[in-house]
Amino acid sequence: MRGLRLVLAVVRKELLLEWRDPSRLTGLLVFSAALTLLLAFAMPGVHVLPDVAAGAIWLGLVLASTRSLDQSFRTEVENGALEGLVLWPVPSLVIFHGKALANAIVLLLVAVPLTALVFVLYHPRMHGSVVDLGVVLTLGCMALAAPGTLVAAIATQARGSSALLPVLFFPLVVPVVLAATRATTLVLEGDPMDQVGAWVKLLLVFDLAHWTLDGLLFSRIVDEG
Amino acid sequence: MDLPPLEALPLTPGKAVAVLAILVIALLNVRAGRRPWYLARWEDAFGLVGLCLLLDGQYMGLVDAPRERMMGEVGRILYVHVPSAWLTMVAFTLTCLFAIGFLVTGWRSLDLLVESAAEVGVALGIVLQLTGMLFARPTWGVYWDWDPRLVSTAVMLLSFIGVLTLRSLLTDPDQRANLTSAGAILATTSMIVTYFSVRWWRSLHQMQSSPDTVASPMVLVLRINAFAMLFLFTWLLVRRWRLARALAARDEAPPLPSAEVPA
Repeated sequence: MRGLRLVLAVVRKELLLEWRDPSRLTGLLVFSAALTLLLAFAMPGVHVLPDVAAGAIWLGLVLASTRSLDQSFRTEVENGALEGLVLWPVPSLVIFHGKALANAIVLLLVAVPLTALVFVLYHPRMHGSVVDLGVVLTLGCMALAAPGTLVAAIATQARGSSALLPVLFFPLVVPVVLAATRATTLVLEGDPMDQVGAWVKLLLVFDLAHWTLDGLLFSRIVDEG
Repeated sequence: MDLPPLEALPLTPGKAVAVLAILVIALLNVRAGRRPWYLARWEDAFGLVGLCLLLDGQYMGLVDAPRERMMGEVGRILYVHVPSAWLTMVAFTLTCLFAIGFLVTGWRSLDLLVESAAEVGVALGIVLQLTGMLFARPTWGVYWDWDPRLVSTAVMLLSFIGVLTLRSLLTDPDQRANLTSAGAILATTSMIVTYFSVRWWRSLHQMQSSPDTVASPMVLVLRINAFAMLFLFTWLLVRRWRLARALAARDEAPPLPSAEVPA
């Protein structure tokens, strides 16, 4: 239980940072809202908008996550705070899980208004329950946050990190975008063939793999880097 | 077990004599202490044998092998495409193993091998993707299709190109070694998806071939080409590793004493 308390302490620190500088979160919200608008104009016509609603949500989240992940480590590196964090007498696994959890929460905080906005602008059908949609959004955000945190930790140590982050991050999360978009579409449009389970299972496996494996890699990176 | 007829053997007597002659000349040169340029290092023997096998294998693929039943002459690109696919997978698997090995042991040689294997893998992967697209045009009618196998292969290539990009942007050797290995292990997830993509999703691409699913006269040609590319791969990998080692030594060497400029 001590481990859990420590993880929550890291989460609290991260969220406090967001709370004290709300311009970061508002920046993300404006970014994703503008993207939703732009994407609508890039489509052949308004009649396809209901069909691409799920894609708009996840594209917005992936692009917003590259910004939030970059921020979450840039502050640490710029102020030399990462060393202080690593010198903390706790395993770096705790720091990874705390940071990843905080990143997932930030993403969810973006995801909820973004989904609402997509509902207003894109008029998707809604056949499934809100709970199902919430489950898919949560699993998807967690699947973006864990590898994203690790990749951000890697990228911020290199020159030109903001350009490097997407190069490493996008190929890695192709399965997440695929599974989350398909699952969201099935929740929105109805699921007569009962396919949503397979996509949610894929998200779950991805989550499990990355939330366990990436912490080990993270400890190697920050301890020696 | 039925032995294949003599004509179908990878080394017909004429070729065997040629290869043996090269090897004997090479060995004599080594014994005399005069290494020829093509055998300056031990791995060059792999390159030489690989080249002989590749010439032989490609000749067999283009001339001796029977026409493919469905695809006709076009099917002969198989003898480049399939071995390069196998070797791409071998290269990226080795990259991952070297990376895990480095993170466990911290040996610098393994770090240099991660870089070498990833780079050779990317080169082979580009061959794989290009031959695949050329193959797809006459057989499927398009160069590119949004098919799980094609997409996951492209994603895998991008992942490893990303790792190489990351490596080129880092200057501190220890940091570079750690981050490259971590990145390579992450990129391996995309390789696993690529390998199983034909089983997990319904794909235009066929399942992995095995000797049971390939006509016997083609199995032999495929095998020769696969071994040819395996030898050439070993040669390239070791050459690249030597280059990486030389570059690392250059970076770590103390600066040359510069001529003092009198004030």
